[in-house]
Amino acid sequence: MPDQIAGGGLLHRRGLLKATAAGVAGGFLLPAKATEDWMTHSGEAQNGYGSPSRFANLQREQLGGHPFGAEAGSSSTPLQDLNGSITPNSLHFERHHSGIPDIDPDKHRLTIFGEVEQNLQFSYEDLMAYPKESHIYFLECSGNSFRNALPTASDQTAGSLNGLLSCAEWTGVPLHYLLDEAGVNKKARWIIAEGADASGMSRSVPIDMALDNVLVALYQNGEPLRPAQGYPMRLFVPGSEGNISVKWLHRLKVQQTPAYTKDETSKYTDLLKDGTAEMFSLKMEVKSLITSPSGKMNLQRKGVYEISGLAWSGEGAIRKVEVSADGGRTWAEAALQNTSRPLALTRFRIPWRWVGQNVVLQSRAIDDRGNVQPSRASALARYSSGSFYHYNGIQSWQVSAEGVVKNVFA
Amino acid sequence: MSLLKRNVLVLTLFLAGGLTCTSVAKSELANAEAANLPGHDIKPAMGKPVAVTAGTISADGSGLPQGSGTAGAGKTVYESRCAACHGIDGLQPGNQLVGGIGSLATNRPVKTVGSFWPYATTLFDYIARAMPYNEQKSLSADDTYAVTAYVLMLNGILDDEAVLNEKNLHTVSMPNRSGFVELVH
Repeated sequence: MPDQIAGGGLLHRRGLLKATAAGVAGGFLLPAKATEDWMTHSGEAQNGYGSPSRFANLQREQLGGHPFGAEAGSSSTPLQDLNGSITPNSLHFERHHSGIPDIDPDKHRLTIFGEVEQNLQFSYEDLMAYPKESHIYFLECSGNSFRNALPTASDQTAGSLNGLLSCAEWTGVPLHYLLDEAGVNKKARWIIAEGADASGMSRSVPIDMALDNVLVALYQNGEPLRPAQGYPMRLFVPGSEGNISVKWLHRLKVQQTPAYTKDETSKYTDLLKDGTAEMFSLKMEVKSLITSPSGKMNLQRKGVYEISGLAWSGEGAIRKVEVSADGGRTWAEAALQNTSRPLALTRFRIPWRWVGQNVVLQSRAIDDRGNVQPSRASALARYSSGSFYHYNGIQSWQVSAEGVVKNVFA
Repeated sequence: MSLLKRNVLVLTLFLAGGLTCTSVAKSELANAEAANLPGHDIKPAMGKPVAVTAGTISADGSGLPQGSGTAGAGKTVYESRCAACHGIDGLQPGNQLVGGIGSLATNRPVKTVGSFWPYATTLFDYIARAMPYNEQKSLSADDTYAVTAYVLMLNGILDDEAVLNEKNLHTVSMPNRSGFVELVH
């Protein structure tokens, strides 16, 4: 067909569709009453803190937990229900190691010590006095999408498979302001960040990174951090594995070596086939997925759809996203939004006509450093079969002739 | 610059003459946007000097508290405080602490304290900060050394009578110590 740009029904992004689109839409107009109920009487009064429409069924999915309780578990962002690139605070993914502490900001202190000229302590109010910066950054758990690294494809939604991923505007104090004030010794190479939760989550941050674009974040999407995101303060290390952005931040120890904490040695390391493991693989790699249509959806009609999804890279900005509707045989370039934002989610879109064909939809991101998102096979080839962190292979969604969308390995 | 001083400055500029003041402000704004500068960099130096007595334990043993324990003493602590989740022999699936040595290069790698963890100090640090689950930070330093010794004994790394303390913990030879490639140095 002349309006197709690639196989499987992918369409040119501009101009060629008017007649067809009108024809399709015409058959789907719902009969409307002259007046609906909500047109005839006043609605609810305003309230103190807003909530979504009862018709918008927005829920995170809970992804397991500790045998003693769900508080040491995770919940994932319902990517398939959202659009744009910002995650609402109530739907930001969560991962806790010993639940969410109930911290009184008046009793919380941030202490900087170790290889510094002067150990310093800061209260929440102290930090409020510093210059702040606001940046839109993604946060991705390094275990995100691990199910796609397993031998069998799970029939799940985009969010439950890939939703340990969110994006927000983070506002806080550049960490280097506080480190400069304490006076970091020249031989210092690492900052050990520790949380005030019961698990005392700890990670080592290279000093070059800590002095570059790391924030002590105080606000998320304009409001004070939620307790689940580290209230009253968290470290935010953009582009890096989520676990290093330590929540409930209360200690920063400056030293010459890493601490080799439990999480950075026994957990967030990547086992290679020869039995050795990579350590401090901090950057999250280039990645993308189609969020609509996506797993567990049902296409209810034939006609034109917008394929839409998210792309991101821990190394920079997204330069290009290609979409395939024929299992990777042909690709077309999607339209991108917010490409000027490095280390943030970028929304991509491309029109697609579905006439009942059985197809596999895929997306492939390329960042401005030239990194290309790998196929599932290439992504799996990097590490041992026992390793599932940093999985960034291409996500494949099969659309059946009946319109059922399902996660597949293609 | 304090808020007060800043306000006085603004007021002074305002009184100095409307047109000039407006044009200065506009050109400053344009420059700030062009360079993508943050709004200001007036840092108030609010940090209070403080003495620090606790901190993260490192692989060289720095930060370890005084104390000591043996695997023999650790068995009692382990069985009452740890075994419910980790299994009496440390083999509970999902929370496995023991075994897997030699499995890392196979198709079924088993990562445990014995087979994978590079430093014994990490084990002490983690028990001290995060265990027992829901009773975090309740073990004494002696009990923490003892349980550390017991888990290492279950893995065949220490014998029953070895005494661990703040001076020798970092010298324990872990089987997978050389099994890591550090991507950041």
